[in-house]
Amino acid sequence: MSVHDLVAITALGGSEPCVETVGAVTCTEVPGVALASVAARLGQESKAAKALAKLIGSPAPGIGRTSGEALTAFWAGPEQWMVEAPFETHEEIADQATTAMGETASVTEQTDAWTRFDLSGDGIPAVLELLCQLDLRTLDEGSAARCSIHHVGCFVLCRTSRLFSLYGPRASVGTLHHAIITAMRSAL
Amino acid sequence: MTQTNRLSGGQIDRNTTLNFRFDNRSYTAHSGDTLASALLANGVRMIGRSFKYHRPRGVLTAGSEEPNGIVELRTGNRKEPNTRATTTEMFDGLEAQSQNRWPSLKYDALAVNDLFSNFLSAGFYYKTFMWPAAFWEKLYEPMIRRAAGLGSLSMEDDPDEYDKGFRHCDLLIIGSGPSGLMAALTAGRAGADVILADEDFALGGRLNSETFTLGDHSASDWAAQAVAELSALPNVRLMPRTTVIGAFDHGVYGAVERTGDHLPTLPAAKPRQILWRIYTKRALLCAGATERPIAFENNDRPGIMMAGALRSYANRFAVTASERVAIFTNNDDGHRTAADMHAKGVKIAAVVDVRDDAPTSHDYEVLRGAQVTDTKGRHGLTFVEVALADGTTRTLDCGALGVSGGWNPNVHLTCHQRGRPAWNEALAAFVPGPDLPVGLSVAGAANGVMSTHGALQSGAEEAAQLLELSGALPDLPKAEDAPVAQKPFWCVEGCKRAWLDQQNDVTVKDVKLSYQEGFRSVEHLKRYTTLGMATDQGKTSNMGGLAIMAEVAGKSIPETGTTIFRPPYTPVPIGTFAGRMRGQEFHPTRLTPSHYWAKERGAVFVEVGNWLRAQWFPLPGETHWRESVDREVRQTRASVGVCDCTTLGKIDVQGTDAAAFLNRIYANGFAKLAVGKTRYGLMLREDGIAMDDGTAGRLAEDHFVVTTTTANAANVYRHMEFVRQCLCPDMDVQLISTTEAWAQYAVAGPNARKLLQKIVDPEFDISNEGFPFMACGNITVCGGLRARLFRISFSGELAFEIAVPARYGDALMRRLMTEGEEFAVVPYGTEALGVMRIEKGHAAGNELNGTTTALNLGMGRMVSKKKDSIGSTLSEREALNEPDALRMVGIKPVDADHKITAGGHLMNTEGPVDAAHDQGYVTSAAYSPSLNSSIGLGFLKNGGNRLGEQMRLVSPVTDLTVEVEIVSAHFVDPEGERVRA
Repeated sequence: MSVHDLVAITALGGSEPCVETVGAVTCTEVPGVALASVAARLGQESKAAKALAKLIGSPAPGIGRTSGEALTAFWAGPEQWMVEAPFETHEEIADQATTAMGETASVTEQTDAWTRFDLSGDGIPAVLELLCQLDLRTLDEGSAARCSIHHVGCFVLCRTSRLFSLYGPRASVGTLHHAIITAMRSAL
Repeated sequence: MTQTNRLSGGQIDRNTTLNFRFDNRSYTAHSGDTLASALLANGVRMIGRSFKYHRPRGVLTAGSEEPNGIVELRTGNRKEPNTRATTTEMFDGLEAQSQNRWPSLKYDALAVNDLFSNFLSAGFYYKTFMWPAAFWEKLYEPMIRRAAGLGSLSMEDDPDEYDKGFRHCDLLIIGSGPSGLMAALTAGRAGADVILADEDFALGGRLNSETFTLGDHSASDWAAQAVAELSALPNVRLMPRTTVIGAFDHGVYGAVERTGDHLPTLPAAKPRQILWRIYTKRALLCAGATERPIAFENNDRPGIMMAGALRSYANRFAVTASERVAIFTNNDDGHRTAADMHAKGVKIAAVVDVRDDAPTSHDYEVLRGAQVTDTKGRHGLTFVEVALADGTTRTLDCGALGVSGGWNPNVHLTCHQRGRPAWNEALAAFVPGPDLPVGLSVAGAANGVMSTHGALQSGAEEAAQLLELSGALPDLPKAEDAPVAQKPFWCVEGCKRAWLDQQNDVTVKDVKLSYQEGFRSVEHLKRYTTLGMATDQGKTSNMGGLAIMAEVAGKSIPETGTTIFRPPYTPVPIGTFAGRMRGQEFHPTRLTPSHYWAKERGAVFVEVGNWLRAQWFPLPGETHWRESVDREVRQTRASVGVCDCTTLGKIDVQGTDAAAFLNRIYANGFAKLAVGKTRYGLMLREDGIAMDDGTAGRLAEDHFVVTTTTANAANVYRHMEFVRQCLCPDMDVQLISTTEAWAQYAVAGPNARKLLQKIVDPEFDISNEGFPFMACGNITVCGGLRARLFRISFSGELAFEIAVPARYGDALMRRLMTEGEEFAVVPYGTEALGVMRIEKGHAAGNELNGTTTALNLGMGRMVSKKKDSIGSTLSEREALNEPDALRMVGIKPVDADHKITAGGHLMNTEGPVDAAHDQGYVTSAAYSPSLNSSIGLGFLKNGGNRLGEQMRLVSPVTDLTVEVEIVSAHFVDPEGERVRA
């Protein structure tokens, strides 16, 4: 762990995460997550999947799925995954993943490439159907999907029917937040 | 005012009385009314004035096909012109104004136009306002627009919210009449995910307007029961007030849901309308049919309506347009109206039927073989003149006339993907053709199945077939199944002013004239006469126009053809298409890691693509942007400046073939770049033209970080992915964007190193020896934070780019400012950045403009001949390598007080100024505080050999001529000593 003296801000510019509730749904900015992209090297796909499984403690997620326990991973593209972990304990997740994956995969730190908002509560589908073109009927627990929200490329993860995570590019946080809150006010 | 024309029964809620105003007069209505039904109930027949002749007009229909009954709805910035009274759901406090009249609806000054109707025929504007040409834009067009046109805009911002959304289903059913409801019951009971959309606020379609029975129930009761059952099914989503406006590719349907139009005031943050994109593999069009008029003399007076509409108003809304009603028909459906109106106690003056064998009635008179030849009534119908079968005439005293020329299936959505409808001889109407949008079927009247039983049956059958349901179909209620045959009767012979298109004031005569004048194609007819244009898109007029056109051309109607049906089916407010994306949210905005800090500093921001970048940082007392920018440049060159360059694209390239991959992507060599080094790279397109430039740093044998220009970040990433996946699938390369993962700042100026040494942890040697020009590496800062350092320079100064994880970017910028105080550090924006790169002679987007080659940019030798790279072969094309090819040069005014202007062209000092003598052009220009002169970069033919030459910089468009001198593009530190210091 580094002991530097620079103070981080959230993507929305605060020292604390932004939390807003409309009706029965709460939108929470989640800065406390570390991310690393893991992309299998050519010809190393099965070894990479095994190494990833070892890292996250469960089989590497298949297309459009998430898996894992303390560390989780979600499918991000062919032979490519995003590994998530608590920022507090895994700020240097890229180094940890690089060690775990060895020569089987290329690892890139993605922690601050993304910003995450969690939607929790009842009535989330009514909000999501205003935001993205995903077929929510097929988005069950453990699903992960790419989509465009307000013309911003995002990941939508269904943790449970009452908890969804939305990942969007960090720099576009203002646009994404506006879109989510407007949709919540519109739908709820 | 009492509702004098209100009948008994109907589906309105008489316990709820609503107040509304029309043309500043107060009226009452009931819940369940439309504005049209409420006006008729209050005895108001005249609602507006016509487009061209300003003739009095009332409602013609009871639905979305309405051409006449259009008003300005609501007031102030919520005013909406051209809104159909026939679909406007009544609410308490509704305000509407008639339109296209002055000073009042009753006494309209421009009604004088009607007296000059002989002059205002088809093509009047084209023939009359031809000369002088200069008058068109300034005089004629404004004058015509003022005189014609319909409603007026508020000219204020629309304050309402709009939204967009996405829905998915197994089956989309469009229309909730008998076929739609039966289809929904069939699919819903089978467990399919169904969306049933209808433009009306009451589901049931035509069933709500009829008195016949379905099984043991009245039509409307059966519809209500079906809706109740569907509401209870969790897999069925009912969408009333929702118009499916278009059938688009890949099973996507556009639908506008009017979520707030019926409310007196919109709840806070709730949308007025939502534009839905509905994704479905299967859709069933149950859009019903539209009744068609018959053209006869003066057939446009208020009170003359479609017979089916009269029936709707009587049965559904409990309203009659008059105490005495006549019917003019060519089919049995007109008689149904007469019977229903009679049953409601309305006096039937007579039923005029063109058929000699028309059915008779004991309740009212039927005039067989008769035709309506004229009407009377200044502000509304008072008398109808009828030519009887025996050759005599008769005058009927009536205030309303129901007209029925038969029914046209609503085929519109079947044609949205260029399908053509097919002619059905028995119905004398177009029905859906064979080329339907993939996955779309049609049922009920929309498919030419005109009986209620047929509609119910076809709805059930089509739904079952689309969903591949096995087993028996649901039981159908017993319903009328009368055979329907329609013998065409379009227009009464000998009429002079018989309207086909009431919205655009197009008469039978206009169509004939258009044909005489050579407009033989229906598309030309439409444009010349305006038949079928505007808000109703000719739903009641197109068929009549085609029929007249066919008659004069001596062709059949199918030979004449139809115009193209295009979305949207009914008008959609622009706000609905915009949704949430308006004002500042029109496009996504990207903020840099130092944005919040820059805002505190009072930075002026500029849009660079979607990014907001600090353009300059004004200080108190600075009144002109140049003062700020000049100061930022001078201070950076004198000491040190910091600029947020996070926006430059950063692409992480890893893999055992990463070096070989970059060797393919870049025109210059990368295979041998040492670890810990950065190299400038130039990418070419396949055609040999320069695509983008930037640097690539090698962090490990198998790991590079490629930087791109801000503008091209996405394009370059896409290009690299294309090369990786399609051109080099055998290479072991992995790519991912890290643009916003790292906050990256340029620290430039003679004191750059000294400043950074206060931040970079001491174990990292960043001296000139330890970290020379073009070095790169992973370091730590501020006591252990992981960071990256690149010794690269865009400004031409001793410079570094330092990157930390984005969340620490704000803190790092503040730290750089604090630690830099002793050096008088200055933050600089994109303007100063631009000035310094022009002073240094670095190419940017203006020079990499999609037309220039490496040779033009003075980098011809960078295109390596020792390897194959994208674009290298085609960069050798002869035409790109002429001896006098354009070369990048610097440009200075001979007189330092003169200005270099980007976009200007370079001409020799003598000779003509024209394209043939063009020598080149200026791409970038700035005032250089270092040289105290305006300077520029540009491209000049054979420029490399013309340094020192004097030329003229001209811009004939802005009348500019400046004497300039051609100089080296490197105005500052041409030897590059500073960057290596």
